[in-house]
Amino acid sequence: MAQDEHTIVKEGVEKETVDAVKSLGDKYKYGWETDIEMDYAPKGLTEDIVRLISQKNEEPEWMTEWRLNAYRRWLQMEEPDWAMVDYPEIDFQDQYYYARPKSMETKPKSLDEVDPKLLATYEKLGIPLKEQMILAGVEGAGEVPADGDNSDRKVAVDAVFDSVSVGTTFQKELKEAGVIFCSISEAIREHPELVKKYLGSVVPPTDNFYATLNSAVFSDGSFVYIPPGVRCPMELSTYFRINAENTGQFERTLIIADREAYVSYLEGCTAPQRDIAQLHAAVVEIVILDDAEVKYSTVQNWYPGDENGKGGIYNFVTKRADCRGDRSKVMWTQVETGSAVTWKYPSCVLRGDESQGEFYSIAITNNMQQADTGTKMTHLGKNTRSRIVSKGISAGRSNNTYRGLVSMHPKATNSRNYTQCDSLLIGDQCGAHTVPYIEVKNQSSRVEHEATTSKVDDDQMFYCRQRGMDEEEAVALIVNGFAKEVLQALPMEFAMEAQQLVAISLEGSVG
Amino acid sequence: MAIAKEKLLARRRDALSARLETLTLPEGGAWITEARKTALARLETMGLPTGRDEYWRFTKPESLNAAEPEPAAVFDHGEETPVFDAVERTRIVFVDGVFDAAQSDDLSVDGIEIERLEDAARADIHWAKDIYGAIETRGQTPVERPHAALNTAFATDGVLIRVTGKAEKPVSLIYQHKNETSDAFLHNVVRVEAGGELTLLENGPAAARFNKVLEVDIAAGGRLHHIRAQGRDHERRAVTGMFVRQDEDSLFKSFTLTVNGRLTRNEIYVDLEGPNASAHVAGAALGHGDFHHDDTVFIRHDAENCESRQVFKKVLQEGAIGTFQGKILVERGAQKTDGYQKSQSLLLDDGANFLAKPELEIYADDVACSHGSTSGAIDKDMLFYLRARGIDEKTAMDLLVIAFVAEAMEEVEDERFREELVERLEGWLLRRRG
Repeated sequence: MAQDEHTIVKEGVEKETVDAVKSLGDKYKYGWETDIEMDYAPKGLTEDIVRLISQKNEEPEWMTEWRLNAYRRWLQMEEPDWAMVDYPEIDFQDQYYYARPKSMETKPKSLDEVDPKLLATYEKLGIPLKEQMILAGVEGAGEVPADGDNSDRKVAVDAVFDSVSVGTTFQKELKEAGVIFCSISEAIREHPELVKKYLGSVVPPTDNFYATLNSAVFSDGSFVYIPPGVRCPMELSTYFRINAENTGQFERTLIIADREAYVSYLEGCTAPQRDIAQLHAAVVEIVILDDAEVKYSTVQNWYPGDENGKGGIYNFVTKRADCRGDRSKVMWTQVETGSAVTWKYPSCVLRGDESQGEFYSIAITNNMQQADTGTKMTHLGKNTRSRIVSKGISAGRSNNTYRGLVSMHPKATNSRNYTQCDSLLIGDQCGAHTVPYIEVKNQSSRVEHEATTSKVDDDQMFYCRQRGMDEEEAVALIVNGFAKEVLQALPMEFAMEAQQLVAISLEGSVG
Repeated sequence: MAIAKEKLLARRRDALSARLETLTLPEGGAWITEARKTALARLETMGLPTGRDEYWRFTKPESLNAAEPEPAAVFDHGEETPVFDAVERTRIVFVDGVFDAAQSDDLSVDGIEIERLEDAARADIHWAKDIYGAIETRGQTPVERPHAALNTAFATDGVLIRVTGKAEKPVSLIYQHKNETSDAFLHNVVRVEAGGELTLLENGPAAARFNKVLEVDIAAGGRLHHIRAQGRDHERRAVTGMFVRQDEDSLFKSFTLTVNGRLTRNEIYVDLEGPNASAHVAGAALGHGDFHHDDTVFIRHDAENCESRQVFKKVLQEGAIGTFQGKILVERGAQKTDGYQKSQSLLLDDGANFLAKPELEIYADDVACSHGSTSGAIDKDMLFYLRARGIDEKTAMDLLVIAFVAEAMEEVEDERFREELVERLEGWLLRRRG
């Protein structure tokens, strides 16, 4: 095996390490697929495919035109190559852009009408879509506390399966609060005035190569509108599942928090284990008006490919929050453990005075994974504040890059930024990189950036080992400590899952 | 190739062909002709930089590329004596990029060999063959530095210094500017042999437009201290490239003080090739108005147990722009690396801009690398503290400015030079207040 030739591990642990790394491919517990009959649009991308997607979603003419404009623009664009990632050229004509379970042909009126196979899929993922079986979020399967003491926590879920939204829970209860939470295709039909006003206003259709592609072909996704003064009565969640082969997933999420509104939004994602890489190019747009606050948390666990880099998801995502209102606030938290290639920079445009942006990230790469991720904080308003805490952990033969921008515009006086990005390397065949851009154009703002790179501290290891932990446990503990600042920013149930993920992703990387 | 890349390359080549119209490859002996031709060939594949190049995002290269330099008035230093004048040293003077024997000292010094590039270029074989253009070439990856290749191809003057022992006194390169439209290339080479040690000083405005390359090769245990003072003249435009290669146990320390200057781009590339080598590069830049100062630093660790430090400070006001692009690259196997990088700016008013890109690229796990970058105004509490002790506001501000850049100046080991630089700085700040 190639692994044996290239990995130089320290004496004593050689065999276990190599064996463990080898078996890591089997550790991805969401790697199974659902055998279900699908409807595909023909392979490839043309104007006709764009029209077809629009038609399948029963969209009005303006939406079709919007997509076609994006498509025409996309044809003129080139794939970006500045990120520190390397992957074979993607043949955009060798993909399916639309895949829908046959049973979803006529939209089920309620969750009861949804194909049991689909419900079972989510059940197996730990995302039951039946409202009477309330789970505290997107936990791993089989980890439901038996005593049910979490029953007072509710999470509404929008489940997206390949190209379509399967169902959204708690719609009635949310409706009573005035909250709109539905699939974006439904929103385009039911709430065109909101969609027209906000769609593409944060990430314009011409923003970048992948966002433009998404604008042309997005098939579904979630839509959230929180009316003025409403604190969303429960956490909202979208769970994305890629199932079909050779199919790209292009979902679009639009969240609008009107004045003084609050919502916490969770996103989870998984995909089957396959030899051929699959494309995922999503766009998330968040609009935050005066005094409103949005928390957006992601646990990204797409299939990362096997230990030799075969297969996995190419995750090219554009996420941006526009703090349009004064005193508005956004908080991005992400735990990135999956995907073969990650290209993702959740950003904050701090337009309103005294608006705040926060970004907490843990990115873990192992085997042949590559991650180029970070954030952009664009300070436009006065007295704006931003904080970036990024922890990158590289193991195996992976490469992990933090890339970020902090920009203080001339009018963003008295603004503050604090950035901390730390990298941890486990093993001598991986790489950790930091590429921050800092642009300060006024005097009264303060920008502070700190970055460190280190290995797992020998003294800490010794301390843990002395107390009887084995090496892997010790590394997992130390890494969790290293990542604590970010884990703490996650909603409780996500934090639990994330901690376990940190341990799983690093299994076998000790050396 | 992607269309955008092709377009960019076409623009770079157009910029180069416009530049080459006013230049012809100099005649010389076999060794240097080979180096010049190779440099020109390299240059032709890369072209000259454009504003769209990643490492020219913050600095406009046009005035450095143009066929003709913008004229620059000759600066009158008045009664101020040139920097380092009080120090016993070997003076080598260049006027508008041409060696001036009359103003220079005798070049025979114990422990070193000094030769003028123009003389060495006439020979067919020379010890500098393995250095001239060679260390610069290594510095072209992963980031291209076309102005340095342009220099290697077209420079006719400069000095070649070989340090065989401990030099008895510093070598001082003095650059004078007398012609308003001078466009100068200088190419200097320093080879420090095993165990050798030298202090190299550089100062003076040099020319209306100045393109300078310094290639340094330090053998095992060798030490080079480099101190450079640029300023107080303002009209000059300069692009300089310092390319350093270090063997085991060697030491390289460089400090640059920059005051004023329309456009200064100082590129530094250090290759730590032997274990236990140490490289410290530092700079302090102070400017106001149409001042643009750019430090682009790249340090490559390619051996175990090496140490590198980058400390860069900028004080900016009235529209001045300061940029810092720094990188620590730790190659696979360069274990026990200790790398540190710091870039800070002090913005004295709202017009000033600080643009920075401090990078780390690390492929070894047993390393300690960190960087910090900050930008902000003068601390009001500190100012208040000084004012409360009866110090007027302007003096207090100057004190804080000097305190701010002091950390970079600490990298100058020799107290004589450090003290002189601080004194100069105080004088310049006082003068600016009028």
